Amino acid sequence: MALEARKLYFRYDPKQPWILEDCTLRVDRGECLSVFAPSGYGKTTLAMLLAGYLRPARGKILLNDRPLPSKGICPVQLVCQHPEKAVNPRWRLKRVLEESGMLQEDMLEAFGIQRAWLGRFPGELSGGELQRFCVARALMSGADYLICDEISTMLDVITQAQIWRVVLDEARKRHMGVIAVTHNRHLAGRIATRVVELSGQT
Amino acid sequence: MEQKRETLLEIHGLSVSFRMYDHGLEQTDLQVISDLYLTVYPGEIVAVAGSSGSGKSLLASAVLGLLPDNATVCGHLYYRGQELTPGRQKQLRGTQIALVPQSVTYLDPLMKVGAQADGHRRPLPTARRKGFFKRLGLPDQTEQLYPFQLSGGMARRVLVSTALLTGAGLVIADEPTPGMSLEQALEALRMFREMADQKKAVILITHDIDLAFEFADRVAVFYAGTTVETAPAWDFKQGPDRLRHPYSQALWRALPQNGFEPVEGFQPYAGDLPEGCLFSPRCPCKTEQCIRAVPPVRQIRGGEVRCFYGA
Repeated sequence: MALEARKLYFRYDPKQPWILEDCTLRVDRGECLSVFAPSGYGKTTLAMLLAGYLRPARGKILLNDRPLPSKGICPVQLVCQHPEKAVNPRWRLKRVLEESGMLQEDMLEAFGIQRAWLGRFPGELSGGELQRFCVARALMSGADYLICDEISTMLDVITQAQIWRVVLDEARKRHMGVIAVTHNRHLAGRIATRVVELSGQT
Repeated sequence: MEQKRETLLEIHGLSVSFRMYDHGLEQTDLQVISDLYLTVYPGEIVAVAGSSGSGKSLLASAVLGLLPDNATVCGHLYYRGQELTPGRQKQLRGTQIALVPQSVTYLDPLMKVGAQADGHRRPLPTARRKGFFKRLGLPDQTEQLYPFQLSGGMARRVLVSTALLTGAGLVIADEPTPGMSLEQALEALRMFREMADQKKAVILITHDIDLAFEFADRVAVFYAGTTVETAPAWDFKQGPDRLRHPYSQALWRALPQNGFEPVEGFQPYAGDLPEGCLFSPRCPCKTEQCIRAVPPVRQIRGGEVRCFYGA
């Protein structure tokens, strides 16, 4: 039971050099893998490849030795780095949660989402407030793996600790695999069961 | 007696509220910043830390006069001793007061980032800009890229360079470091430090408070739309015993390197603030007094605190 990237190659333009070259990564269910790499290395690209938002030029993404399903709920859910770019600006936030079936009392409670926010548009919330919605909706039923692309950099440290506590609790309960991209080594030390360094040379 | 120091920016009793529709055509005012005081002196980096959604970014918008039409601003703002009127804000914006915006969506999507950072200034500051890009570790070809081709950390470094190129007297940096690696973040903060050392000033709004403690002179801690404590950065480096407000202590303890222990509860919603001290519903040492009355600002050990018991 694992999510694997095997010898991935990717570039946005055939004229440009490879962004990811021969990149191999594996995360098992039940573990939290922390990924380090320099800025601009392609961490966000890797996250999008793993969650099926992009297709690799060469190599494979395998979930339990099979390709990601092309229909239905994707068992690999991605939480993006910039929440303001990840929600529909014309949807009230209630609809954002309803879409993934996560408009649940205990989730609102756990993430500290205020009832009054549900009727607002994304532009009317702060980045940190918006990110709670993005994390909550990604924990939908059917998600077995969660890819967290710097999800807590826009949060204050107290909220950061609270949100990670909820995510890790939920991951433990449902035996989910988590990949956390971060630049904060202290944070990685707290949350990760394993750390991977992707150097610029690979 | 100490002489009154010349100030760069003074914020006196600032309040910001938004007019919103409630039911049907009924409107209500939602107060998001209340009774805020902050003074910035030349040569200083003032870090603004605190809860997300506590009004830190709105403070930046209020100083620059960038709030939307449904916002009402009360209180007084002074830049170099002169009141900041809407006209003056417009005149100083981008020349004397520069912003590093929080969101990378502030970059013009249809313009290459090199030309974008240079702006409309004549002569073009291309050589200086290249210097900044190089210091922040952006590869040479970055200037030829469009914003969508940048990673999150690269976009932030472009935003920081753009603000520093203005040569403004005051830079308000709204979370400049997310997405940058530690070395790049440190380099960006060193650039702010060098700028501040030329009798200029930086307001550094950040959640990377451990970095802020190293580079800032003073730290203002925000909670639910106002400052709960302003203290020398040195006190934050020392640890919670030197801090005056229970919220600042809670922040310190929630850092991954210091325990990663969140305090229970959430920041109150702006439309539903508690009657007494704003932090009282979550405070481990609250008393009857805290629930009934709003604590006044008190001066303690070279800092300011809004707490009855801070010592």
